[in-house]
Amino acid sequence: MMAKLYGEPVFELPHDLYIPPDALEIVLEAFEGPLDLLLYLIRKENLDILDIPMAPLTRQYLEYVEAMRKTNLELAAEYLVMAAMLMEIKSRLLLPRPPAAEVVEEDPRAELVRRLLEYERMKKAAQGLDELPQVGRDVIAISVWIEKTVSQRLPEVNSGDLAEAWRTLLHRARLSAHHRVSREELSVRAHMSSILRALKERRVVEFTELFEPQRGVSVLVVTFLALLELARELLVEITQSAGFGPIYVKLGHAQSA
Amino acid sequence: MLNPPDVKRVLEAALLAAQEPLGATELKRLFEGELGVDAIRRLLAELADEWKGRAVELVSLSSGWRFQTRPELQPYLERLFPERAPRYSRAVMETLAIIAYRQPVTRGDIEDVRGVGVSTQIIQALETRGWIDVVGHRETPGRPALYATTTKFLDDLGLRSLEELPPLEEIARTLQLEVVPTAEAEAAVTDTPEQAKTGTDG
Repeated sequence: MMAKLYGEPVFELPHDLYIPPDALEIVLEAFEGPLDLLLYLIRKENLDILDIPMAPLTRQYLEYVEAMRKTNLELAAEYLVMAAMLMEIKSRLLLPRPPAAEVVEEDPRAELVRRLLEYERMKKAAQGLDELPQVGRDVIAISVWIEKTVSQRLPEVNSGDLAEAWRTLLHRARLSAHHRVSREELSVRAHMSSILRALKERRVVEFTELFEPQRGVSVLVVTFLALLELARELLVEITQSAGFGPIYVKLGHAQSA
Repeated sequence: MLNPPDVKRVLEAALLAAQEPLGATELKRLFEGELGVDAIRRLLAELADEWKGRAVELVSLSSGWRFQTRPELQPYLERLFPERAPRYSRAVMETLAIIAYRQPVTRGDIEDVRGVGVSTQIIQALETRGWIDVVGHRETPGRPALYATTTKFLDDLGLRSLEELPPLEEIARTLQLEVVPTAEAEAAVTDTPEQAKTGTDG
């Protein structure tokens, strides 16, 4: 029972209109809407599309739609709108024509024919487009391997640079040692959080900016430990773009993601 | 100053290494002003000729030139890369055709032609593919978006411009059904109902 219409399988409904429910679903899915179904009926019966015999076409269309409805398939509203339109055209054709001298009335079928022709044109155009070779489906764009600069390498921080930065800080801390440092609750974790908080706002911070030398050596030490811990847990990245250049601290990938 | 064969080798290398199609203006930069766009175009055409008959061809597209495998080799290549690109549904292809041939169009225009609603997923599938985009809005109530096809659409279908789209067919007043020549199909078609006017189909 399988014919092909424009390359698409079409299951013809038996004329006694007994259709197993499964088959009907396939029938319905084979059509892209009422225009597609009408076009199929017209082409199947080899009707002249410019002079459509409305009575048999309407009858056939309604038989299909009725069969679809009987099997409780959810029938798109467009099918019913089209049914109403077909019946309207049919009834207008039956009305007596006004005397010839009067205004030339347009054929009631004209709009339907125009839509059918345009839909058929686009349907064929779609098939034409689909036949063009498509990148990724029918052809592969060629790109040979080319040696490019390897993915951006982050500068490595030399331990000496870190030690140097540290010494500078200690020196500054000693300069401000006359401040009496109150006993503070110093926790490495708390400093880790405050460093992360600072980074959340600014993303990249210069190493020295994270320290507050005026708060004394013990705070400096804890801040430094917090920073090392953050780096160890990959929560921050420490980078330096050139020897003796400024050292930057930024959020690690796990955090910024 | 490079001689023409050397120029062609440079062009060839640049096009082979490129990820995207390259236009003559971009390729001109390879020669720092020593060669004009016209000379480059001529050499590109020669290069395309030289690659004729190979597994890979040099094609001219909307945004430039690209090396690509020949379509007839795809069935073999697919065996090597089993994850083949899916075909788009008829609904997607019809929507694409209406946008390509009738652009710029609104969703309402597309629905008028197809006679059914056009789902957001269809539009999105084409937008995500980079084949269509919104080029403006029609100044009617609701200011619906106007869709048009993109350069990538032309590139991906191997076209230089919209004029190269397959021409729209003149639709016949009556049409013979295209029937698959199998015994099954013939059985189905010769089973013609009473309305058939002109003998058998097919």
